[in-house]
Amino acid sequence: MAGVTSSQTIGPFWHMLSDPAHADLTRLGATGPRLELAGTMRDGDGAPLTDACIEIWQATPAASPLFNGWGRCATDGHGGYRFVTLAPDAAAPYFAVAIFARGLLRPLWTRVYFADIGDALLAALAPARRATLLAQRTEAGWRWDIRLQGDGETVFLDL
Amino acid sequence: MTEPVYLPLSPDSQPPYAAPAYGSTHKRAPLQPLVAAAPTVERAGPVFLPSQFPAEIDMSREGGRDAMGQRIIVAGRVTDDAGRPVADAMIELWQANAAGRYHHERDAHDAPLDPNFRGAGRVFTDGDGRYRFTSIKPGAYPWRNHPNAWRPNHIHFSLFGASWGARLVTQMYFPGDPLLAIDPIFQSIPDPAARARLISAFDLELTQPEWALGFRFDIVLRGLHATPLEGAR
Repeated sequence: MAGVTSSQTIGPFWHMLSDPAHADLTRLGATGPRLELAGTMRDGDGAPLTDACIEIWQATPAASPLFNGWGRCATDGHGGYRFVTLAPDAAAPYFAVAIFARGLLRPLWTRVYFADIGDALLAALAPARRATLLAQRTEAGWRWDIRLQGDGETVFLDL
Repeated sequence: MTEPVYLPLSPDSQPPYAAPAYGSTHKRAPLQPLVAAAPTVERAGPVFLPSQFPAEIDMSREGGRDAMGQRIIVAGRVTDDAGRPVADAMIELWQANAAGRYHHERDAHDAPLDPNFRGAGRVFTDGDGRYRFTSIKPGAYPWRNHPNAWRPNHIHFSLFGASWGARLVTQMYFPGDPLLAIDPIFQSIPDPAARARLISAFDLELTQPEWALGFRFDIVLRGLHATPLEGAR
């Protein structure tokens, strides 16, 4: 078995590979019920991360040439991110999430859920920890804040 | 029948979240232990069509004009941890120019920008996992982690493999770089052999006469593995 290549930080200048359009997964013309997901990413001091990369992968609705289920967003000057996408199927209402940033030598893996479906992961978490993976419905769409460290620290996964 | 899983990562092959010598980790590393999760949606992953994510295999020119610096060819093979080739993997690349300056508005290093160098590329592996691109050797640059801190020459790699959990972001280094021994990011990897695998190898076979030096850099991603049935022998 070959050793898996070591991870290194994405650094502060990763935006060179990015395109703001990648935060809109409907940009190619996919149709269906839409979902907006936005939030703020904060560090152990509660300070916003202004140079982070957040990526989502959703397995549903099924991929097509108009929808590949992947999105990427750079956090803005206030630590904010925002995705526009298609709502996932009700049977599996969650996205896989990966966070990369300066100061993260390896990615933070997590998930964002749009309902407490009591799957193996959510069921194994204490309520306060479980809540960190549940997006909240607001008038503007869904809100999901991410805390890398400290009070209300988001649950991060070992896949 | 059980679902395929990722093999555990060798703990010393990957850097920790909290690395004392790398200041930016101090407030960004989680304090809670990671929660073990059986992959579900993570066993699949996005497919990137070259028609929508066009390849850019030559970073050494911009608008038909040659960038300043040592021209290089980088090539290698992407496999999974069972040695299987990873076909059609999308690899994103970005790097500083020969003077050690990124074409990025937040890079304030007092070194010249090169109008003929942007420093962002994208390649896809072929059916055997092989990739190749042309660029110029990036320069070292200072950063403010500690007094007189300089990053070794490096090219950033971002890879999408056959599943979401195979996603990898890393950096390729160059052989013989004296800054590697004192770089907190490179040195954050505990296992010296794993560190060494991030250093590309000069390759005379890949080197093109009168044109460019060749460097080889192979990459291993996590793969999904069937688990034996309970009680099977």
